[in-house]
Amino acid sequence: MLTPKELSGLVATLADPHAIAGDSLAPGRSLWSDARRRFTRNKAAVFSLALLILVSLACVVGPWLLPHAFDSADWDAMNLPPTWKNAHFWGTDDAGRDLLVRSLIGGRISLTVGLLATLASVSMGILWGATAGFLGGKVDAVMMRIVDMMYAIPYLLIAILLVTILGREFYLVVLTITVFSWMDMARVVRGQTLSLRSMEYVEAARAIGVSTPRIIFSHIVPNLLGVVVIYTTVTVPGVILTESVLSFLGLGIQEPMTSWGVLIQDGAKVMEVSPWILLFPAGLLSVTLYCFNFIGDGLRDALDPKER
Amino acid sequence: MWSYTLRRILAAIPTMLVVITVCYLLLHATPGGPFDGERKVSAAVLANLQAKYHLDLPLWQQYLLYLKSLLQGDLGASFRYADWSVNDLVANALPVSLVIGGGSLLLSLVIGVTLGIVAALRQNSAEDYLVMLLGNVGSAVPSFVMGPVLIIVFAIVLKWLPAGGWNDFELRFMILPMALLTFINVSTIGRVMRGSLIEVMHSNFIRTARAKGLPTRVVVLRHALKPALLPVVSLVGPLAISSITSALVTETVFSLPGLGKLIVNGAGNRDYTLVLGLVVLITVLTVTLNLLVDLAYAWLDPKIRY
Amino acid sequence: MPLIEVNSLNVQFQTPDGEVTAVNGISFVLDRGQTLGIVGESGSGKSQSVLAMMGLLASNGRATGQALFDGQDLLTMAPKALNQIRGNRVAMIFQDPMTSLNPYLTVERQMTEVLQFHKGMSRQQARVRAVQALDAVKIPEAAKRVMQYPHEFSGGMRQRVMIAMALLCEPDVLIADEPTTALDVTVQAQIIALMRDLQRDHGTAIVMITHDLGVVAGLCDEVMVLYGGRAMEHGSAESIFYQPTHPYTVGLLGAVPKLEQGDHALVAIPGAPPNMARLPPGCPFSERCALAEPRCVNTRPTLSAIADRPAVFRACHKRVDEVMRYADALATGEVSV
Repeated sequence: MLTPKELSGLVATLADPHAIAGDSLAPGRSLWSDARRRFTRNKAAVFSLALLILVSLACVVGPWLLPHAFDSADWDAMNLPPTWKNAHFWGTDDAGRDLLVRSLIGGRISLTVGLLATLASVSMGILWGATAGFLGGKVDAVMMRIVDMMYAIPYLLIAILLVTILGREFYLVVLTITVFSWMDMARVVRGQTLSLRSMEYVEAARAIGVSTPRIIFSHIVPNLLGVVVIYTTVTVPGVILTESVLSFLGLGIQEPMTSWGVLIQDGAKVMEVSPWILLFPAGLLSVTLYCFNFIGDGLRDALDPKER
Repeated sequence: MWSYTLRRILAAIPTMLVVITVCYLLLHATPGGPFDGERKVSAAVLANLQAKYHLDLPLWQQYLLYLKSLLQGDLGASFRYADWSVNDLVANALPVSLVIGGGSLLLSLVIGVTLGIVAALRQNSAEDYLVMLLGNVGSAVPSFVMGPVLIIVFAIVLKWLPAGGWNDFELRFMILPMALLTFINVSTIGRVMRGSLIEVMHSNFIRTARAKGLPTRVVVLRHALKPALLPVVSLVGPLAISSITSALVTETVFSLPGLGKLIVNGAGNRDYTLVLGLVVLITVLTVTLNLLVDLAYAWLDPKIRY
Repeated sequence: MPLIEVNSLNVQFQTPDGEVTAVNGISFVLDRGQTLGIVGESGSGKSQSVLAMMGLLASNGRATGQALFDGQDLLTMAPKALNQIRGNRVAMIFQDPMTSLNPYLTVERQMTEVLQFHKGMSRQQARVRAVQALDAVKIPEAAKRVMQYPHEFSGGMRQRVMIAMALLCEPDVLIADEPTTALDVTVQAQIIALMRDLQRDHGTAIVMITHDLGVVAGLCDEVMVLYGGRAMEHGSAESIFYQPTHPYTVGLLGAVPKLEQGDHALVAIPGAPPNMARLPPGCPFSERCALAEPRCVNTRPTLSAIADRPAVFRACHKRVDEVMRYADALATGEVSV
């Protein structure tokens, strides 16, 4: 039988998930520092992160530094390919508007929509998934059925329908995108919650007498945080892409606002004559999506303990 | 096996009903919607609408009659064009989409699975990196970017193929759109197949197969392929759905007279009933496809047998 | 010529933490009809040594040394030649029958392919032989069950199926990697008895990998005790069991619970299994050995024969009589570790 002192020592050990390591084993490493190490080792991910920050900064700050407004027509520089003249570094479109500024402003909109819709769908996904996973049983079954149904619906069609009927206000576009982007997060969070609930170390901790809030904080939240971070980086590019597709089809962001999708649509119309109008915004969009992909991959490798 | 099939069919029906009902209600319930009575439509169209949608009856009766007409295969009337019913428009557009979309899906399955197998068996070799690179490009570059790029390269610079358009299934109009769709799907399928096969090859039962002295060809094709294909099969459903999305973009970029173009134009024209009819049609198609995928999955995995 | 002759077998793995040597200088000889037991804890290298012989190492593993089967070195053989031997003249069964059989293929398919490939039989002929083999391992209703899938068998029956499958080509050697670990005790006994019978009937040599001394006692002529990838003691079953000469062997035997123990506390070897990436320069067991001296930690003892018992080999700096005195003290309860 353990003495009370030994027992409380054991409780303390089990309450701290990082404390269990023997002397002859390699020094214990906490999950987060381990993850950070692995992430920084992934050159592609680190480079993408830097590039993404650069692009975001450019979109936010850039338009203020450039001499053109995004809708001002430069009459003696119409339809020019990239040139030093009048500081139109990326050229102009057929209305004389500077492409670089328009691309950066478009980036502001695309990234903002991306951020807002991601925030909304991540929140919804976490709430949905955690509730389903925690309550389990019939509630879980019904909630997941609904998720399955949402998956079975071709979202773009419904998005088109919604946009057709409700119009193309900015907030409506964000809403439409959100409605179809929360399911991945919900499924993943639900899975994690379910498995965490029944993990042996949680049961053991409970049996020894570790208090429930302690269990939640030391064991469940850190594990949930991992998948949430990973799937957020997966959701963002999806959301940005959805907005771009909608805008490309003429069903997303409306004039006078512009986004990358709108710019690409404009560019596609004149690509035989002025391909740069298509290629620059398209390039910016692709680079952004790539960066998110690599960061997501890097995070997944870093946070997933099953190294291969 | 049959009871499983039946159960899956029964499970699919609520999904379809929910979508149809929600869309239908959206059309009717939204202020400023098509049936608001304030929309100005031509007399001919109005007559059509009255006839098809029974606008003078109470809502629930309208709804039930709508369902009935759906079951009879009638997708409704166009909001813009008095002469055309949705069925007419669909009849012209569906074959185009089927050939382009279905054809490229099949093609990408064949190519994707093969590439995935090659990459998995030669991990970290030149072939493997090539497949992974293709996979990355295909999944990150959006179709509406790659499409125009393809047009610029092949139609404008090289002048080998037309920049778009359609001429009654003439091959040269089909090449670029199918190439685009195939490339995008091959990326995903190849990556999934590769990852799945690599994982299966680490299984204990593969070790047993090798310990029995079986040649690698047999080990891969007979022992590893079936379990490795399962994730790919379950991918076909979402892939088909995203093919529909891609179809919308592809048909817009290449000006193909398919269902996608029809929907986009319909939405642009605010042809509400046309869009409704098409949404219903495509939802039914996708739900059916998902059902078929589920059944294929069960057929492949002997542990799911009922 | 002995059937199997292994000389200084080493297995190294490339890991993110550096190169790890899982098996370090293992040698043994196996004659026809003999049974060798390889005993050790998890991580002692026992499985990796036979996996290396069968060419089944993970892709980051490399084997050096020699593993001769009938005079040919398995480690340097071309894959095609190795395939002629694997499953045919040297067969292997694994620890977990649940995951070691392909759940997507019928038992019939998995058994007949061995005969089709190695013996050139037709499918029908092979099926007949498969049913006979299942009968021999006492699977009831063999003809019907052969067409079933692995998940339709119980754990013990699955292991019998694996044994039947391994013996289809009447191999010269059967390597069994912890075949009973995943099974209940009663089933274990049945499987061991089955292997004994088959050995008697077919004259198959057996290499039995296990951490369970009871299994070894029931089946093996010769025993090799591994720790930290090295051989600690190697001799006949009698001498290992009744006159162990290595502190680790003594500890292992002492750690086995006995019915007549009564109130004596269970004897456990203190400490934890070694970190294979950071072994001491000397004897790998020195960190946990009750008799350890400074030279044990610093200088590695070589595996050498004992003066008056040439068939027994041990790797220890301490004298034999010191170890035997320690063994007696443990047995009488004078010391508890």
